[in-house]
Amino acid sequence: MAEFKHKHIIALRDLSKEDIELLISTAENMRDINCRDIKKVPTLRGKTVINLFYEASTRTRTSFEIAGKRLSADTVNITTASSSATKGETLADTALNLLAMKPDIIVMRHAVSGAHYFLANKINCSIINAGDGAHEHPSQGLLDMLTMKDRFGRLDGLKVAIVGDITHSRVARSNIQGLTKLGSKVYLAGPPTMMPPGVEKLGDVTVCGTMNEALQDADVVMMLRIQQERQGKTLMPNAREYSRYFGLNPTNIKLAKPNAIVMHPGPINRGVEMSSSMVDGDQSCILKQVENGVAVRMAMLYHVCGGELE
Amino acid sequence: MDLLIKNGRVIDPSQNLDDTLDILVANGLIKEIGKGVTAPVGAETIDAGGSYVVPGLIDMHVHLRDPGLEYKEDIISGTKAAAAGGFTSICCMPNTKPVIDNKAVASYIINKAKAEGFCNVFPVGSITYGLSGDRMSEMGELKESGCVAVSDDGKPVKNSEMMMRALQYAAGIGIMVISHAEEIELVGEGVMNEGFTSTELGLKGIPRVAEDVATARETLLAEYTGTSIHIAHVSTKGAVRIIREAKARGVKVTCETAPHYFTLTDDAVRGYNTNAKMNPPLREIDDVAAIKEGLKDGTIDAIATDHAPHHLDEKDVEFNVAMNGIIGLETSLPLSLKLVEEGVLTLNQLIDKMSCKPSEILGLNRGSLEIGAIADITLIDPNIGWIVEADALCSKSKNSPWLGTQMKGGAAATIVDGKLMYKR
Repeated sequence: MAEFKHKHIIALRDLSKEDIELLISTAENMRDINCRDIKKVPTLRGKTVINLFYEASTRTRTSFEIAGKRLSADTVNITTASSSATKGETLADTALNLLAMKPDIIVMRHAVSGAHYFLANKINCSIINAGDGAHEHPSQGLLDMLTMKDRFGRLDGLKVAIVGDITHSRVARSNIQGLTKLGSKVYLAGPPTMMPPGVEKLGDVTVCGTMNEALQDADVVMMLRIQQERQGKTLMPNAREYSRYFGLNPTNIKLAKPNAIVMHPGPINRGVEMSSSMVDGDQSCILKQVENGVAVRMAMLYHVCGGELE
Repeated sequence: MDLLIKNGRVIDPSQNLDDTLDILVANGLIKEIGKGVTAPVGAETIDAGGSYVVPGLIDMHVHLRDPGLEYKEDIISGTKAAAAGGFTSICCMPNTKPVIDNKAVASYIINKAKAEGFCNVFPVGSITYGLSGDRMSEMGELKESGCVAVSDDGKPVKNSEMMMRALQYAAGIGIMVISHAEEIELVGEGVMNEGFTSTELGLKGIPRVAEDVATARETLLAEYTGTSIHIAHVSTKGAVRIIREAKARGVKVTCETAPHYFTLTDDAVRGYNTNAKMNPPLREIDDVAAIKEGLKDGTIDAIATDHAPHHLDEKDVEFNVAMNGIIGLETSLPLSLKLVEEGVLTLNQLIDKMSCKPSEILGLNRGSLEIGAIADITLIDPNIGWIVEADALCSKSKNSPWLGTQMKGGAAATIVDGKLMYKR
């Protein structure tokens, strides 16, 4: 079995094709544990995992917590509401204080892009990125890729359409970094106000003028969450018009391949990014993504601990 | 005491001079310049063989942080860094605490620099009270108390009418207005240049057009009112083009750029390097080329550092949280000398942009080695190799993107008002 040489998992940009394949295949194995009656193995017994969340999260934090517990690690959750961040303590000081308690892994979500690299220079435990600003969300990227692989048996050659606010999306960046390394073709669509400059240079990435162009013959349609509070008043007129041009519905999904899957990282604005019939329809893999999230995070925790699979 | 500087290659753009000559300094003034000058009895002699001897370098854009932010820098450490970098005069920006918007603060700076400083300090007063942007400072009193220009540097004067009136009023007083040209709404929450690098790093970008739009406004306001304006820290291709076109129309606009804008691109931000975070941000490769072109064709009049010291606690943080700015006084000369090596500028043009032009723009009556001139002289060793090391920097702050970098060239000696203030 290939060896995972990284101490931290901060960005899929930093990982090779082989690293990503290894994480996905480990996750596939981890899934067996999640289907057992007793969903627990002793693999990370005695290891301490701190989930340090500087931004609100339900799905990701819970998923990491369950992943740790299924591997028998001791997991502790810290969210901003209960941390020292509100008392004006710096990130470095908080981390050093946590480090003094000898954790093995810190799983962190932070609003500032690159905050994990800053931390990695300060402390000596492993760091897993659970989302940093608009930079990356590697566990989401991996679970998305695993979900695609489940359906198609491969990632190489898949046409993946990602639709929405690419500029502010760490999910989009991690998917672009991971998918293009594994041979998928990524097609992006969104209002020009939400398309970051030079994004086509990140890999085999095509920026489409319209959503229909991106959907045409797609194997995967990934819709991104639109946040009225983030997109503000200057990036789009309102949710209604956004939905008209960049919403997924039973009509435009017909442009994609008949067996195409529909994905969304959540939380969903029903009726905005996609109609409810799409969220709940046969092509939707949204809950499968969540399910795979636990296995992927188990694989990440496992590999940064340098473990070997029995 | 008299001072004889022998055998140096004297380069003085103000007299179109480039020759191996001796310079005799007496009573703080240039007394004699020529070949085979003999030292009067008791005169100190400096052998400048192998060095360039040039009019004292002037940095027209420095943040000294004194008063109020002395934990970053103060007048003593800042002027020491300046002298070590070859500067005989620096202009300090008004965003201190309190702001340089009154005589008391301006006088404090001038007096402290005279008493304890290592070079001349010329304060720049604020355009508006407390940098508020909405009420004009007493520019007359600021000028009388020694300020050589007014600027709200650090932020633009957002209100166009305020800026236009400031230009008109300042012209009446006879004081230069220095503009921090930036359209603040376009900057938004941006923390680095908007481009491929910001896309990859997931950092919010500052579009280049934020500077271009503001630069266009400033040149149009100066044109309409027939007044002079100086644009600080030009960093974009667009701004260079706008200023070039304005100059061609006869607009009285001058401008400066900083060594980082012709040396680095936004690639330096990779790794979320907070010592590559400043405002305006590092731009792209075609901007660097345009800045060099602007220096070469004279669109860009001066090189200034925008020396912006910050404490480690303000830089050793997450990228978004880090303060804007880098120190520059001690690295400006070697980085600028590279322009000569690359053939962008002649040595004569470089000295012009680092001494004569800043003096001319601000009316400092320096930047010349003519007989009778104030003896502000910099000796440059063009070949000395050294490495930028935090501990060796005179500045209190160490926020330089060049820490650990090999440099070529530097000040051999800095003479201010005829007194040797720095010797390598």
